[in-house]
Amino acid sequence: MTTQATSPTEVTPVEMITVVIDGFEVTVPKGTLIIRAAEKLGIQIPRFCDHPLLDPVGACRQCLVDVEINGRAFPKPQASCTIPVEPNMIVKTQLTSTVADKAQKGVMELLLGNHPLDCPVCDKGGECPLQNQAMSNGNAESRLTGYKRTFEKPINISSQVLLDRERCVLCARCTRFSNQIASDPFITLNHRGALQQVGIYENDPFNSYFSGNTVQICPVGALTGASYRFRARPFDLVSTPSGCEHCASGCDMRTDVRRGKTLRRLAGDDAAVNEEWNCDKGRWAFKYITSTDRLTQPMVRNAEGILVEASWPEALAAAAAGLKGKRAAVLTGGRVTTEDAYGYAKFARIALKTNDIDFRARVSGAEEGDFLAAKVAGNFNVHYSDIDSADQILLVAFEPEEESPIVFLRINKNFKKRGLKVTSVATKGSIAMDKLNAEFIKVVPGAEAAAVAGLSLTAKSVILVGERASESAGLISAAVALAEKSGAKLAWIPRRAGERGALEAGAFPTLLPGGRPVADSAARVDIAAAWGVDSLPAIPGRTTHQIIEALGNDELDAVVVGGVDAYDLLHSSKVLNSLKKSFVVSLEIASSSVTQVADVVLPVAAVTEKSGSFLNWEGRARSFDAAVAESQNRSDVRILSALADAMGESIMLGTVSATAREIAQLGKWDGARAPFTPVAPGTAPAASGDQAVLTSWRRLLDMGTMQRGEDNLAGTRRQTVAVISEKRAAAAGVATGDQVRISNAYGSITLPVLVEDIHDDAVWIPRNSFGSQALTALDAVHGELVTVVKA
Amino acid sequence: MTTVNSQLNSDVMNSIVARYPRKRSAIMPLLHYVQSIFGYITNEGIETISQVLEIETAEVSAVATFYTQYKFKPTGEYHIGVCTNTLCAIMGGDQILESLKEHLGLENDGVTDDGKVSIEHIECNAACDYAPVVMANWEFYDNQTVASAKALVDGARAGNPPAPTRGPNRLVTFKEASAVLAGLDDGLAHEGVQAGEPTLLGLKLAKEGK
Amino acid sequence: MSLLTPVLSAHWDEKDSFTIDAYKRNGGYQAAAKALAMDPDAVIQLVKDSGLRGRGGAGFPTGMKWGFIPQGDNKDHYLVVNADESEPGTCKDMPLLMANPHVLVEGVIIAAYAIRAKHAFIYIRGEVTHVARRLNQAIADAYKAGYLGKNVFGTGNDIDLVLHIGAGAYICGEETALLDSLEGFRGQPRLRPPFPAIAGLYARPTVVNNVESISAVPAIVANGAEWYQSMGTEKSKGATLYSLSGHVNNPGQFEAPLGITLRQILELAGGIRNGHKLKFWTPGGSSTPLFTDEHLDVPLDYEGVSAAGSMLGTKALQIFDETTCVVRAVLRWTEFYKHESCGKCTPCREGTWWLVQILRDLEEGKGSEADLQKLLDLCDNIMGRSFCALGDGATSPITSSIKYFRDEYIAHVTSGGCPFDASKSTLFAEAK
Repeated sequence: MTTQATSPTEVTPVEMITVVIDGFEVTVPKGTLIIRAAEKLGIQIPRFCDHPLLDPVGACRQCLVDVEINGRAFPKPQASCTIPVEPNMIVKTQLTSTVADKAQKGVMELLLGNHPLDCPVCDKGGECPLQNQAMSNGNAESRLTGYKRTFEKPINISSQVLLDRERCVLCARCTRFSNQIASDPFITLNHRGALQQVGIYENDPFNSYFSGNTVQICPVGALTGASYRFRARPFDLVSTPSGCEHCASGCDMRTDVRRGKTLRRLAGDDAAVNEEWNCDKGRWAFKYITSTDRLTQPMVRNAEGILVEASWPEALAAAAAGLKGKRAAVLTGGRVTTEDAYGYAKFARIALKTNDIDFRARVSGAEEGDFLAAKVAGNFNVHYSDIDSADQILLVAFEPEEESPIVFLRINKNFKKRGLKVTSVATKGSIAMDKLNAEFIKVVPGAEAAAVAGLSLTAKSVILVGERASESAGLISAAVALAEKSGAKLAWIPRRAGERGALEAGAFPTLLPGGRPVADSAARVDIAAAWGVDSLPAIPGRTTHQIIEALGNDELDAVVVGGVDAYDLLHSSKVLNSLKKSFVVSLEIASSSVTQVADVVLPVAAVTEKSGSFLNWEGRARSFDAAVAESQNRSDVRILSALADAMGESIMLGTVSATAREIAQLGKWDGARAPFTPVAPGTAPAASGDQAVLTSWRRLLDMGTMQRGEDNLAGTRRQTVAVISEKRAAAAGVATGDQVRISNAYGSITLPVLVEDIHDDAVWIPRNSFGSQALTALDAVHGELVTVVKA
Repeated sequence: MTTVNSQLNSDVMNSIVARYPRKRSAIMPLLHYVQSIFGYITNEGIETISQVLEIETAEVSAVATFYTQYKFKPTGEYHIGVCTNTLCAIMGGDQILESLKEHLGLENDGVTDDGKVSIEHIECNAACDYAPVVMANWEFYDNQTVASAKALVDGARAGNPPAPTRGPNRLVTFKEASAVLAGLDDGLAHEGVQAGEPTLLGLKLAKEGK
Repeated sequence: MSLLTPVLSAHWDEKDSFTIDAYKRNGGYQAAAKALAMDPDAVIQLVKDSGLRGRGGAGFPTGMKWGFIPQGDNKDHYLVVNADESEPGTCKDMPLLMANPHVLVEGVIIAAYAIRAKHAFIYIRGEVTHVARRLNQAIADAYKAGYLGKNVFGTGNDIDLVLHIGAGAYICGEETALLDSLEGFRGQPRLRPPFPAIAGLYARPTVVNNVESISAVPAIVANGAEWYQSMGTEKSKGATLYSLSGHVNNPGQFEAPLGITLRQILELAGGIRNGHKLKFWTPGGSSTPLFTDEHLDVPLDYEGVSAAGSMLGTKALQIFDETTCVVRAVLRWTEFYKHESCGKCTPCREGTWWLVQILRDLEEGKGSEADLQKLLDLCDNIMGRSFCALGDGATSPITSSIKYFRDEYIAHVTSGGCPFDASKSTLFAEAK
């Protein structure tokens, strides 16, 4: 079921070049820089400004080597980070050339001359390229005894990033990253000469979603993150490779723990996915794991209706009693690991004997359900590398920078390197669209499908469909039709990290694990045999919304809920009422709207406390071990297995690794896929006068529960605004900065206006930001009429 | 966001932008233009240029702080630069600078309380054959002495500075000169000499057959 | 026969020499009309044949530079004139532009036509208000006369010329830094390759030439390559502006064939100021290693100066007599390089920071003899290790002065301070 990304199918032959470095021959692809050819031989040429993912700049001059081509030597040492290898090139590094060695030591002396040498109090100490290379390639003593350059220290260039300018070696990695990779040139080199310094414009902080990468690639301790500064020494940390639980981009990560406490997370290095980058949410949103509202002990609602702490056996017995023989369903949310989702899927079928299970704790619909079953599950055909080879990207109800930031970085890379054409069918323009110089096909919320239907694409295009496509009738169908008509590839990019894994694991009403259709008897036999049960329920299950309905009208008695927040759903009060009247078993990491109404609460492990894996939007698995080895918390699947045992309906998933093995053994489904029934294009409701059609999406940094407690991170979030067009602003008598009230029968919300590129008939608000929660304020997110007036 | 009631004229700014095949090239004349309005680079100026050129404010300030002619605090109406690069310094520039600082009671980069005169030491201004050289609002004052330089600043403070040696018939203000540096015509190109004596020395000798 | 050959400077003594009327009165814009009637390649060949070499310092053959521009590539080409004249001692382009801006405008028209550029820029330093006025007026008048703009000289060619005014940065005289500055970035040098001829302004094929180089072109077109070839030495053809400044009786501009000596120029200029004698001088600005009175007879052409251990540079002859403390002079130049270092690379940015401190200590008598070795070794770690030539240039005054005046440095150490009386070096010292 899981997949590894296949390498691009088209293999173009690469010209290889052989060079001699320090007397050793090495053969590398044409275009390889000397410094990297040397690495292949295990020869480390010292460097600071060089970074394999940034354009060469040759600024620090630390990597000087002697170079000779066709017997002709360069008169002076050359920067090995800027010169590609050539045939008949002979390179002498510091190891074999006294000139190169002296040049490097000379540069190192100059870099250290103005450096404060405050290593004992510097966060970088112990993992510092300057410290390390000063030891390996520097002189033991300095001859520079005058006065050093000093600056006020540190300065906050955002609420999250601090800058100690006197430590900076001016390699410009941070400024180049921000400009070349993130297209956020909010930090720049300022002034010049010896006073040159990294900085921001004083009124505009470094509020980039990707700012943390600059901290990570800073080769000295000049840039530090507020949340890690002065917290630890690197040699006291235990590092564990991990995956990111925040979105479906699928970043490789590293989690650093000291004495059971997660102190920082870093971007890992996966060339096929995140390269060496991640977003600030992935890097800096992890305090939720140690927040005070974490659940540590099971709880059972007593006779007085109060939740009280209980032992595990008591709680499991209570849960089993409440579920056994009842008409029960499962809601899993989109945040659990693939193994946990599989546990829920198996638990539903065996212990509850139902297909009533859905991972979609968000606005969703039947069209999407069909689409996921027919076109997404079991399909692993679209990868990041397809963005690299695409001649056009079409974004459909998908705002990559907000909803899958590494997808944005990959598109941006291709835009910057080769001018990749990007088109977006969206209800509102965006910063990312500006950065990508994207063609913006502006639509009224609800009318997206017709716009997509009118497009034509080449076969080398890639269509990226966001999860919000389910909010506009016929949109998914139009995207599918466009892909079929053009031959373009189509990928679905959900927002949450666990959605794709849950789909593949069968936490879905119409699918068993591996994309096997419930309706297909052969598929049921397949899985029943693997699970050692006589049969599986044959009736396709209810969706999230149907389960809530059924709980409400007593068609269902009980529900097992894992990682769902009622406030992520439409009609949340109805959801909570339905839960209140049902028997609810809640598996959660922290107190939530659901635990408060549950009958049994079972605490589970947060992502850094457990092993497991996520499938990203490509369907690529990223497995990880528990970073906090000391944690007593258990993964959902282990608790579900114990609960099933307590019900006398064993699912035999005692460990995460056993679960992963079982998933792997199930293999692929090669039978027929569920059919896809297209839905006709929807239309936007007619807006007149003060009326507008609402649209919204979540911003990367918002009120998400997994960002709780991260004040430094929250300080870099984008402004909460209501976006309307110039024409509407004029009609409403408002300008950017003025307040407007947006209201419907349910409620209202008042926000400052931003006049931007949006359809005259539409209004956009952030879906879940500080001061703007569409679901709780308006019980609406997209395509509904609201009234917009000057406040 | 856009500041209302700005003294920055968008027509002028657009005309500067229109000189170039690509907008961003206009950043330097626009910064000169900002100085022609405010006498230095204000935040309003940086933010307005950022909007006009559609680049980040950080990118504007990165450029502005690179070049020494852009000032980040108010300059005097008459900005005096004394060349103290080697040749002028040795020929008397050091003495001129010291005496002016003392005379005005200013440190380097200081401005008089009346806002009339600011002073800085400058690098070689391409008039070495007229050393020692003093610049006022980037107009040439050639072959200066301590006395002539004092007369220049005293005249400037009194509102009637002597005319440049090689320049218009009157010394324009810093803001007016900044407008010229923004590429705006002040109609004074025809004023003043075509050349000073050292410029013509070789020609004169050649004509004398030497 | 005179040693001097006024070509560029021939009409500077006419009061209205900077006007279009005066320029036309003296035959101006006829060369452009002539060139535009030729095949562009023939114009390039003519300039190649003339032997004209870059007058901005490096001496690269101008016609060859033009010939590097790929033709028929369907890309915009650009011509950029480097008028950033900021090298200490250099003072030829500004007086030229003040006295006769039209000769540059005409040169631009010819050069742009030859390299098939429809757009040309003059990047002038910002600290010269009146020169900017004159140049802008000249450009405006040339537009009015139909020499610039659409269909110039009625030939169907379009040539636009924009004056871009800098804002104080010596580094922008480095051609790639100039291009970044002109594009609206910080003026820091670019990595090469690609060279400007392939990817210059806006990443398009671009020629960057010095003011004097382009200004020489109209006369070459008017009088022919042979005429130009007839001046100068074997490999350094033509005439050029020598700028004499400092402790001489009569400083000024001397336009002479390449290969003239300082002795000859000093003779014309009435010699070192009375009662004094030559101590050291720069042949081509502060970045060219110092010469002394040993070098009075070095032919001032590209090869001659190079053979004697320096560079012709911008032919900025800064003359210092025996009243001048060489340590003070060198410290001041070093402070200049520190001030003007763009900050991009470590050796120049950090090196100049420390060189200034060591030199200042030495000048104030707080140094030691070991500091000389330290200076030389730091210079060795900067020279050829920096990103661009600014770092190299910063070391020239130091290494050459220690070579010729080591004893004077030592004297500062042994006497605990500067043995010179600075007031004696001033222009107004004699008057006192």
